[in-house]
Amino acid sequence: MDTEAVYQKPSEEEVKTLLTEKFPFIEVTGTEPRRVYAKLPKENVLEVCKYIQHNLTFEHCSTVIGVDYVDHMTVVYHLSNYWNGLMIELSADLPLDDLHVESVSGVWEGANWHERETWELFGIVFDNHPRLERLLTPKTYEFFPFRKSYKLRGSE
Amino acid sequence: MTDSIVPVKEIEEKMETDKMWIIMGPQHPFSHGLWTLKIKVDGEIVVDADPIVGYLHRGWEKETENRTYPKIIPMADRLCYAASMTYTHLYCMTVEKALGIDIPEKAKYIRIVADEVCRINSHLMWLAAVGTDLGNLTVFLWAMREREYFLDLNVKLCGARMTTNYPRIGGVRNDLTELFERDVIRTVDRFEKALWDIIALMDDSSIIVSRMKGISYISREQCANIGMTGPAMRGCGVDFDIRRDDPYDNYDKVDFEVPVLTAGDSYARYMIRIEEMFQSCDIIRQAVQKIQALGKNAPYRIKTPTKVPAGTHFMRMEDPRGESLMYLVSDGTDKPYRLKVRSPIFTNVSTSKVMCQGCRIADVPAILAQIDMCLGETDR
Repeated sequence: MDTEAVYQKPSEEEVKTLLTEKFPFIEVTGTEPRRVYAKLPKENVLEVCKYIQHNLTFEHCSTVIGVDYVDHMTVVYHLSNYWNGLMIELSADLPLDDLHVESVSGVWEGANWHERETWELFGIVFDNHPRLERLLTPKTYEFFPFRKSYKLRGSE
Repeated sequence: MTDSIVPVKEIEEKMETDKMWIIMGPQHPFSHGLWTLKIKVDGEIVVDADPIVGYLHRGWEKETENRTYPKIIPMADRLCYAASMTYTHLYCMTVEKALGIDIPEKAKYIRIVADEVCRINSHLMWLAAVGTDLGNLTVFLWAMREREYFLDLNVKLCGARMTTNYPRIGGVRNDLTELFERDVIRTVDRFEKALWDIIALMDDSSIIVSRMKGISYISREQCANIGMTGPAMRGCGVDFDIRRDDPYDNYDKVDFEVPVLTAGDSYARYMIRIEEMFQSCDIIRQAVQKIQALGKNAPYRIKTPTKVPAGTHFMRMEDPRGESLMYLVSDGTDKPYRLKVRSPIFTNVSTSKVMCQGCRIADVPAILAQIDMCLGETDR
């Protein structure tokens, strides 16, 4: 398959083969009808996202999610195709001593606020983000409230 | 201007005009909740906008990590008071997907009816708000009157008006009550006629139309890129509805049209919502027929285990305001490890800079009314 061509309505299998052919480091962990799940190293997030946005016509970034697994953190991207309803879930693991990942808000403007939210709640830094400021929590906060190390009073 | 005694243009060029920040909110008639919109104006024209949200941040996602799965259902209601049914539905679907179970057919159709009633509810609430924002109080009163009939349907279905607490993991809480099918069809039939009155009230008013037509244009590509979803997106020409293109529950077995307009202005976003209400009526009729075909004694709920196997799952659905998504990380216990909500308004409000740029200050309320603001789900 030609990995540079633009595919408007790629099927699940096409997405799987195109991604693994072009980027050998991507590990496709599973496919379901209209869903593709993939894992990738954090250094390549921006490059892969650019390819998905331009060549596979995934015009919409639904969410950027942070998850705290205590020994490492994970960033999850949900990307959506408006032509056939396909969704790609990309996840990248971040080690605790290097919580940096390249921002994708230049690729999808809609990711801007999701990245700000993930930064303020988990402390995951999105490099080259246009404006990484606190959004939901007060500006005076110096901690990241959604980390597992931040305990709620009462039930824990 | 050439023979004017005063050289207006030269004076204007020499004058140093400052661009000014105007702060609208948090208590402002247009904001429909507590949030602030900072707009930067050059004279009368808006050149920049910066929304500030977060006054209602309750840490919803963190709170769920300390509760068992069934206890989160009433909490999901509180995400948005106008669209409580869809959020509870979405939460239950996500947990069902994580459990890998399939719920009874009847429950799926009941959820469709409940969802569409909720969609009409939410759109009427929005119509009432638009009416007041554009200075027509009669629209507010008429839309609220129609909404009351649909709230009565909610009462008939589950006993509550707004925070319904009705879907359950594995089905719905109770079967349709006696004569509910009859009442819902009657309400829908009546509503379709009454909606035409409201449309006439809006569209015959040249003030209202001229404040929406041709204002705040967004192109299809830009709309997709900035993450706008829902009726606002379909008004910009993106032909996408999750109910049709990525169907959940039994939406692939009902037949309906997805209204799409390519005008991309404020008026198109208004028209889409009106048309969606008619389509919702169609969906309700079909779903009620399917429920009746299944018979009275068909099961509507199955028992589910309390512990969810470890893994990550997500589901998305067409909320009245756009695409909502839940992402669940489970670790094999009876509490979620992490539950993330993607709220459609959170992203839609972040686009207010694009929507307001180049418009006049007076148009700002009319433009932002099309977002259908709800702070409960924006701030979570």
